[in-house]
Amino acid sequence: MSASLLEVEDLHVWFDVPHGDQVHAVQGVSFNLQPGERFGLVGESGCGKTTTVLALMGLLPPNASLAGQVRVDGKNILAGGEDTVRTYRWKDIAMVFQGAMNALNPVKKVGWQIAEPMAFHGVAEGKAAMKRAGELLELVGIPAKSAERYPHEFSGGMRQRASIAMALACEPKILLADEPTTALDVMVQAQILELLTTLSDELGLAVVLVTHDLPVVAQVCSRAAVMYAGEIAEAGPTDTLFHDPRHPYTRLLFAATPDLYGDEAVTSIPGAPPRLDREITGCPFQPRCDVPMDQCADGHPPLLQIAMGHQAACYRATERSDQFAEAK
Amino acid sequence: MSDTHAFVPPIAEAPVQPGTATQAAAATSRVAPGAPLLEVSDLVTHYPVRRGLHEAVVRKKRRWVHAVDGVTFSLGRGEMMALVGESGCGKTSTVQTVLGMVKPTSGAVRLSGTDIAGLPERQMRPLRRKVQMIYQDPYESLDPRFRVIQTVEEPLLVHGIGQTAAARRDLIIKALDQAGLAPAEAFLDRYPHELSGGQRQRVAIATALVLGPDLLLADEPVSMLDVSVRAGVLSLLDTLRKTVDMGILMITHDLSTAAHFADKIAVMYLGRIVEKGSASEIVRNPQHPYTKALLSVVPKRDPRDRSTPQILTGETPDPVAVPSGCRFHPRCPIAIDRCRTEDPALRLPSASTAGHLAACHLV
Repeated sequence: MSASLLEVEDLHVWFDVPHGDQVHAVQGVSFNLQPGERFGLVGESGCGKTTTVLALMGLLPPNASLAGQVRVDGKNILAGGEDTVRTYRWKDIAMVFQGAMNALNPVKKVGWQIAEPMAFHGVAEGKAAMKRAGELLELVGIPAKSAERYPHEFSGGMRQRASIAMALACEPKILLADEPTTALDVMVQAQILELLTTLSDELGLAVVLVTHDLPVVAQVCSRAAVMYAGEIAEAGPTDTLFHDPRHPYTRLLFAATPDLYGDEAVTSIPGAPPRLDREITGCPFQPRCDVPMDQCADGHPPLLQIAMGHQAACYRATERSDQFAEAK
Repeated sequence: MSDTHAFVPPIAEAPVQPGTATQAAAATSRVAPGAPLLEVSDLVTHYPVRRGLHEAVVRKKRRWVHAVDGVTFSLGRGEMMALVGESGCGKTSTVQTVLGMVKPTSGAVRLSGTDIAGLPERQMRPLRRKVQMIYQDPYESLDPRFRVIQTVEEPLLVHGIGQTAAARRDLIIKALDQAGLAPAEAFLDRYPHELSGGQRQRVAIATALVLGPDLLLADEPVSMLDVSVRAGVLSLLDTLRKTVDMGILMITHDLSTAAHFADKIAVMYLGRIVEKGSASEIVRNPQHPYTKALLSVVPKRDPRDRSTPQILTGETPDPVAVPSGCRFHPRCPIAIDRCRTEDPALRLPSASTAGHLAACHLV
């Protein structure tokens, strides 16, 4: 296997909160990414998806501390703190933030807003930067002359396209997209997902798609990781995750998602994710699991290798999850 | 204030049990026996576009936002209907007009046979008890400084139900129970920040249930909730309509949810219903090209199930300048000349069975 474009190894993030407590938001996350690949990070709110991608950008707030390695082309970008990560941010790794479409400056023309960071990063300046802003808008499917317009003249879908154009300004290799379609209509969501797919196919852009929406990941990504309580519960090809889930959480999450043509009952997962400000003994999903065993309460299950590129953190990962659920 | 409505009967004083019919509704007007719970016919709601000073001085023609432009549907007790469509298609305006928050331009909204469209506030108020609303975001819709008991009690105080605090407390506990918050007593003194998203939405549902409504309007009731708890809240609504015999009108943009939980689906586009019918018929045998396109872009759970999405370009046009003829024709993949000039009416498509209606010349 060739060296990965992005390797995340044993990433931990802690947040200091008042009264001397710490929240362990990301607890040993590892994954890698090849050029042009689309990788999904899915899970419920508070499971550490956004914190993970913010850590890759070196954009965590000052009360955060982190451990682990993030390598881009084999170099650890977190080794020297802000001084090293700054040289990679936007140039190698760029991000479309959650709600970015609503974060455009209302009193500045869209083209100017796309061109502004280019000067800062030494990509282009003045007229050249404005010309490049027009090209970037064309790339994301907006006429170049719209660079002269203000954000309020754009529809929601166009603003989201503009924020993707902004992230692409310095020609990054990796694009982190945090819930890029959450506030959009189904039709506009389809347009944006098609755009991300085209960009990764045609420019070789590697995309990390952060979302709570399993069907979106199923349709857009080739591989995905399901996160729970700051850890990866299961990772593998999206096809395997749907057809042969080995972690009960993955299976239950799919069962909680209605499908357009599915006839089976949609069931919610009882309970809530655990608090991350205290040590969790045993499997973090054990209180909500539908097939727990005695040992689940005592020991933390390791991330087991099931097949090439398929891992699950469950003591029963060697059994087919749907079968042991039926046996119950 | 005009005194025209001085002889409106007072609001019923007697304590009212949730789920039982009140006489207040009947007092305002005749009730047609056997009439459906909700009957909306030819509803039109237009909002004026503000003119600038110059435009007013030169008497520029006033323009209107055609938010709801001739919508007809009915909903029976125990039924759940989903209104689906893109933002700006008039789903929310339709619901707000039914709720009486917006006065319709024309058309009728009949609740158990009584026309409530444009009813003056004093006559509307006792009827409001029968129509309750659940909003999209339980993180915004609950007052952060109110304990659960205060939130659920407020509608009782507004409508003067429950003579004593103890009587009201009983009603509140019953409503919380119905909303699936058990044990109800444990939730009474909690603040919203102590509750999860799903629990907050259940409090919002209890606040609606405490008045014993016949009709529940739900605007995207689960879109702000986590995937793992959505099914629970939707199942609760499903149970309520069956056990309490309530009608539910749900706005959603999620066709998968509509397909699973609603009996009927109405697809809206630019202020009109372009297709309606039973949920299974709409999902499995869609006729209108807009419905077909909407269904094709819903992501499927199974990665192997990759049908080619039929992505429409652009977004819903401006409801101020409604296109001529069929209002969908500028985005329609199969439009013919006739569509540009002639507005299609809702009718039974040749390839479907009774109860299914679509507004397209080509079906």
